[in-house]
Amino acid sequence: MNTVDKLTDLYIKMLEIRIFEEKVANEYPNGMMKTPTHLGIGQEAVAVGVISERKPSDVIFSHHRCHNHFLAAGGSSFTLFAELLGRIDGCSGGRGGSVHLVDREKNFLGTSPILTQAVALATGAAFAFKHRQERSAAIVFFGDAAFEEGAMWESYNFAALNKLPVLFVCENNLYSTESSLDKRVPPNTSFTQKARAFGITAATCDGNDVQEVAKYSRIALDHIASGAGPYLLECLTYRTREHVGPSFDFDLQRSYRSQEEIKKWMVKCPIVLFGEILKQVYGVSETLLNEIKIQITHKVENAFALANQSQFPSLESSFDNLYSKESLSKK
Amino acid sequence: MKKITYAEAISEATCLMMAEDPNVILMGIGMDYSSGVFGTTSEAFRKFGASRVVDTPSMENALTGIAIGSSLVGLKPIVVHARNDFMFLALDQLINVASKWNYMFGGKAGSTPIVNRAIIGRGWGQGATHSQSIQSVLGHFPGLRVVMPSNPADAKGMLLSAWKSQDPVVILEHRSLFNIEGQVESGLAFQDLTSAKIVKKGSDLTIVATSVCVYESLLIAAELDLIGISVEIVDLRSIQPIDHATILASVKKTQRLLIYDTSWVNFGVCAEVAAIVAESGISLKSSIVRLGQLRTPAPVSKPLEDHHYPIPKYVIETIQRIMARDILGTKTIASITQNFTGPY
Repeated sequence: MNTVDKLTDLYIKMLEIRIFEEKVANEYPNGMMKTPTHLGIGQEAVAVGVISERKPSDVIFSHHRCHNHFLAAGGSSFTLFAELLGRIDGCSGGRGGSVHLVDREKNFLGTSPILTQAVALATGAAFAFKHRQERSAAIVFFGDAAFEEGAMWESYNFAALNKLPVLFVCENNLYSTESSLDKRVPPNTSFTQKARAFGITAATCDGNDVQEVAKYSRIALDHIASGAGPYLLECLTYRTREHVGPSFDFDLQRSYRSQEEIKKWMVKCPIVLFGEILKQVYGVSETLLNEIKIQITHKVENAFALANQSQFPSLESSFDNLYSKESLSKK
Repeated sequence: MKKITYAEAISEATCLMMAEDPNVILMGIGMDYSSGVFGTTSEAFRKFGASRVVDTPSMENALTGIAIGSSLVGLKPIVVHARNDFMFLALDQLINVASKWNYMFGGKAGSTPIVNRAIIGRGWGQGATHSQSIQSVLGHFPGLRVVMPSNPADAKGMLLSAWKSQDPVVILEHRSLFNIEGQVESGLAFQDLTSAKIVKKGSDLTIVATSVCVYESLLIAAELDLIGISVEIVDLRSIQPIDHATILASVKKTQRLLIYDTSWVNFGVCAEVAAIVAESGISLKSSIVRLGQLRTPAPVSKPLEDHHYPIPKYVIETIQRIMARDILGTKTIASITQNFTGPY
């Protein structure tokens, strides 16, 4: 694949996620998706930039805002829609909902909405890789509030101590639910400095610039592959929708962040910015980008329509997968 | 068959499965010490070395997550806690992740077949935070398997079965039992993880007991046999799932029930067993009685501590009350912990 094709592919991936998430936002008020949903609109460049650089054998874990990572890893929009609708064709059979996504064929091993759980899981997968002398790495995405949890530091200490092949990716979007960073950490706090204190190499990059995210991810994954141990990549980004749900905060009169701030970040939209670069630097035509958008929209609409035809799980399947031997669970 | 201790049985099972299965690793604090978690990991460390017997930092929560993560890509980790009280730090990963993983991803994320060995302390002034017995907490959550071996054969065989299980398993071992000897089959002598067992037959009264309480109940029942009271003992063995059929069959026969657990009676294993029998509608000749720790944190001072646990004399008095019979004249049986001298 030549450079332009590869870059266009990044664009396609980001746009697929955006159009998927906007479809969710549009459908959500209809009440068919009965699952708390954390939209990743605005943060697409982090998922796409990091995952574009992984080897297929590298495994991925994510957190509650995980649609981006699931789709960027190659998860299907049909199974994700079906999951949000609680149907049997959902990626988790309708048991998980928005925050419990998996696609083992894509080495997308799972997600967890309780902060830092996935950080420890990824550290464990990395431990197994190192133990068996395999070349794979574990990649985990989490938000800035994960740095407030104890298991983060337990994991960092263990990962650094054992030089584990794990890439920690922080999506720093400045807010934990509705709490801004300045309410949660002292002034001049640097997450990368904290990680360095544990012996972990760390860097910060513009999380709305997919090329920069990919460049840093390459450096990080090469560092890990060399046996030098874990790496923290902090990506500065922003979610434009509310913490959970389809709306804009300003439409709901929430005051924890201003409409001006949100609008300013919407101008820094990773997809619009990268579209301009594709056109101006790489000579991709406006026509092609429009064509891409039409195709993706069509694909996403079809996926939703198909997912909507999927069945709900039967009540007889209530105890499925609770224990490996089902009969034992019914006691 | 040979006679070995509970601790030797655990060590033997550990070495057997590590020899058979390169994916088995031991993780926890003090794995590689010469004392080897009361002698249960030292032989494994000698045979398999530091790469598979991993002495970890103090990090119960992340360690449990690390074990789960490693199991998702094929390792079979056995996490060891020298005291089960420390597992409260691991409950986020154990309950929010391990117990639910297979179910909440619709079976598509694989299971998290980690094994957790955790040891219950009792007596010798260990105090409030080193003497709890957390089976009721763990048994509450669907998805975990929670077992309590009461003898060397189960200590070995249930660990071997936990190795083969695709579900997360917690094995609560009792420190007081570590030096107890029993007949154990050599080789891969698996023991079932899901059923209760009648370890002594009787006709007058059923004792449903757990862990060290089974051991003490056996001594008590032998004494009572001499004066014509026939006690049947159900070793509960598995807390989750709990074996309704074995409990009910025994109580139906004896129509009297004493439940004797290593923990507090309220909201616990005692309460669950009592509820199972009450709901069954079996008619009883006397009220159900529950015995466990006094409803306070465990004190250190010796007289208070002796009062805290139901010593055999007290169990016998309780049975006397249930049977409405005078059974004085039985010889005094010392509690297993009263003679214990450490080390902890």
